Amino acid sequence: MTDQLMYEDRLKGFDWSISEKELGYRKGDTINIGWHCSDRICKLGHGRKPALIWEDFLGTGKSFTYDDVRILSNTIARYVCDLGLKPGERICLFMDRIPELYIGFLGVLKMGGIVQPLFSAFGDESLWTRLNDAKTSAIFTQKKYVPKVRKIRDKLPELRHVIVVDAAGSPLKEGEHSFAMEEVPRVDHFDVFPSMAETPSVLHYTSGTTGQPKGAQHVHYSLISQYLTAKWVLDLRPDDIYWCNADPGWVTGTSYGIIGPWSNGITQVVLDSGFNTERWYAFIQKHRVTVWYSAPTAIRLLMRDGKDLVAKCDLSSLRHLCSVGEPLNAEAVIWSKEAYGLPFHDTFWQTETGCIVVTNFPGMPIKAGSMGRPFPGMTATVLDPKNFEQYDAPGRVGLIALRPGWPSLIRTYWNNPTGYANKFKNGWYVTGDRASIDKDGYFWFVGRDDDVINTGGHLVGPFEIESALLEHPAVAESAAVAKPDPVNMEVVKAFVTLKKGYEVNDDLELEIMNFIRKKLSPLAMPQEIEFVPSLPKTRSGKIMRRVLRAQEWGEPVGDISTLMED
Amino acid sequence: MDEVKRMVTEYVTREYLEEGDDRVIKEDTPLITGGIVDSFSMVSLKRFLEKKYNIQIPDADATPQAFDSINNIADLVTRFTKGRV
Repeated sequence: MTDQLMYEDRLKGFDWSISEKELGYRKGDTINIGWHCSDRICKLGHGRKPALIWEDFLGTGKSFTYDDVRILSNTIARYVCDLGLKPGERICLFMDRIPELYIGFLGVLKMGGIVQPLFSAFGDESLWTRLNDAKTSAIFTQKKYVPKVRKIRDKLPELRHVIVVDAAGSPLKEGEHSFAMEEVPRVDHFDVFPSMAETPSVLHYTSGTTGQPKGAQHVHYSLISQYLTAKWVLDLRPDDIYWCNADPGWVTGTSYGIIGPWSNGITQVVLDSGFNTERWYAFIQKHRVTVWYSAPTAIRLLMRDGKDLVAKCDLSSLRHLCSVGEPLNAEAVIWSKEAYGLPFHDTFWQTETGCIVVTNFPGMPIKAGSMGRPFPGMTATVLDPKNFEQYDAPGRVGLIALRPGWPSLIRTYWNNPTGYANKFKNGWYVTGDRASIDKDGYFWFVGRDDDVINTGGHLVGPFEIESALLEHPAVAESAAVAKPDPVNMEVVKAFVTLKKGYEVNDDLELEIMNFIRKKLSPLAMPQEIEFVPSLPKTRSGKIMRRVLRAQEWGEPVGDISTLMED
Repeated sequence: MDEVKRMVTEYVTREYLEEGDDRVIKEDTPLITGGIVDSFSMVSLKRFLEKKYNIQIPDADATPQAFDSINNIADLVTRFTKGRV
């Protein structure tokens, strides 16, 4: 059997019941992701197997078996129930990549809560926007982030509990609780909430072109997709040591940093550290990592540091490499093959899809720079953007669309059913990304179809940045667009007009950059600010971002007949 | 050199730690690997150094390693100011 046949074989007679059967799930049964990722693995006899090997930036390490994860997630679930929190309430995890984040994720799901992971680098305004929209009842966080929460607490009447996992005697205010996961009595037995397939599970916020970020609501049945795609695409096998670089504040960090590997009973390693090439290689060498799921931005930084560093380490344990977040350029695929002896396999998916949908399947011939082909069971195509009809000839650039029906597609946007309905056209789920399909069925990414900025694999909405910019006392008007960047693919660039009395200078630029970084996040911080006398607008006064974007990318500006003359 | 370290320590503490965050930035505190400054925020720190010391730091030199501690940053600044500070 050739490798190519492996993909073709998977396509034949594919049905998601393959995953259901392997997970022991039958239609109408209860299904709880928290239970499947811990108790079930123990029931299968793997309780003593390491589930999580964790290390921080200082090299301090901890290890948790599946039985530890089962018991500690029970402990968290019990604690949350004892606080009076009920199934269906939103419980936020706002922490670095520490064990409490991973195990807490399962704990919240086990008690029937909707878990809302948020990136710990979010500033107070980004945090408020998301907690306010979700009407979140409780937040797990670390001591160092308590000041951010306190800053917005008065504006969040529904937020009843702030749970600090490392308070260690620090003074706490009313409604703040100290909870040390490993020091409280362990709970061996917990009656897991009997969630059903359509019971809400995870709420991830994602940015769009207009309005504030939207809460993508997943359900427990998403497990069916996440389990099988992790097994087949990441090629996870029982003896693997798996490393996913993604932070669980984003969907990759939960679908493939928690649910995928743990529902497969895999040992995963986590490094809670910022980027450092030598440190990363030493980590792979030390833990004998076999499967590595990374991102193009990180890969480009590794490339920048060269092959000499690779040669200094023993990375021979690596068996399979995958990448996600933004298109993986052909150079990176070729470089990784030369440097590690293995190519990175690009995978494409979104917060809304919940799982990998187009991919370079293991063993499939890789066309460097291509996104690969649809996962078995997925019907993917490109649509004509004018009428949302399928293109029938290869090579035409259109909107990437998927036929709904796979288990992990979100069920709605929180508080925004209209926004969700707008994602569907002619019976297709439209991703908002553009691509072409070649004669062999491989997808080739072209770009976004909207103004959303993909920086370092994370989507940032221009509206959120522009709104925050207007809160700066010097800013009269603003527009945020993507600017090309050799490492992050895109970064934020802001065009700003100043109010009367303010003058352009370096101090002001730096001040505005830091203002946005602290308010929203480092990802949203403009890496460049261009002060302009006026912004291009339509006659109705709407700022034409596409004109500014085209200017940054050296592209034609297109139709400017509606441009208002100054 | 000591003045550079003092200035950068003060700036990082003021701009990158939340008010009420009681962590203390020392000369060898890991800034990038320790998650205090990330690769995106490095841009504003670089901009501050360029403005403050009237230097241009090429992107090739603005690596996560070069920004990973006050000591490393002071070395970088000193290299580009050629000992002016």
